[in-house]
Amino acid sequence: MKETEAKVVDAPHGTPRIYLTGFVLSIILTAIPFTLVMTNTLPIGWLIATIVVLAVVQIIVHLVAFLHLNASSEQSWNLTAFSYTLVILIVLVGASLWIMFHLNYNMMIGG
Amino acid sequence: MSDEALTSNLVHSQEHEFNNIASTRLFGFWIYVMSDCILFASLFATYAVLGHNYAGGPTGKQLFDLKGVIAETTCLLVSSFTYGLAVLAMFRKSKNGVIGWLALTFVLGASFVGLELNEFSHLIAEGNGPQRSAFLSSFFTLVGTHGAHVSTGLIWMAVLIGQVMKKGITQNTSTRILLLSLFWHFLDIVWICLFTIVYLMGVL
Repeated sequence: MKETEAKVVDAPHGTPRIYLTGFVLSIILTAIPFTLVMTNTLPIGWLIATIVVLAVVQIIVHLVAFLHLNASSEQSWNLTAFSYTLVILIVLVGASLWIMFHLNYNMMIGG
Repeated sequence: MSDEALTSNLVHSQEHEFNNIASTRLFGFWIYVMSDCILFASLFATYAVLGHNYAGGPTGKQLFDLKGVIAETTCLLVSSFTYGLAVLAMFRKSKNGVIGWLALTFVLGASFVGLELNEFSHLIAEGNGPQRSAFLSSFFTLVGTHGAHVSTGLIWMAVLIGQVMKKGITQNTSTRILLLSLFWHFLDIVWICLFTIVYLMGVL
């Protein structure tokens, strides 16, 4: 058996349809926040909330469509590692901001 | 009887063993990608803490040009899609398909790096380099680290295109194509966070 005829790696992979759906969704999810910011139509609080939500949705689209992350058994360790990373990430970013905010607050002299 | 059966058995067990190695490599690389994720999280945290310390210098609103960022984003998004098409071509065992789509991905990735270097050189030429303020230090570190990752991915991609040209779609090259695909799509996800937090929120 020649090597070129061997079966290619057995790994989770998408279909043209999944890639195309992911691509179209990510273009839309990128176009909306850029348009919102450049036209400046929303009040600032809503604007920030909207672009953050759209970014999170786009990240999920990429994870599912391009990185094929799902709850199937062959992916369970990938998902476990990912969940653990997510916890670290939230602690790292959230706690840093929390600490630094309080530090700044406590260092303010006279107001 | 058994000669043929034995050979076929052997080939099967080799294939099976190889698939195990391939999936171990993929999982190992996934762990690396997760650790890289934590590296970027630290840089994002640094940026979030220092991003408003302008030291009397220019703010993001004065410096960032969203049109350039749109061009960069388009390059990366399309390149993620074309890389996906390269992976699909690999599963179809179309050698030319893989080479063509990887080459297109390479061109898009290189355009991204070119645009970023252009942005950086303009900022530095105007005296707004990383030494100007804590904001710009953390900006250059965060965005530059992402750019360095993309550049490394490009070198890897060029080597991979050479290997596919020379060896074709083998089990080894297929595994490498899948590993780089994890890396490439991951960098795209980091870029989503970057353009949202650094650029879009920066110009508000």
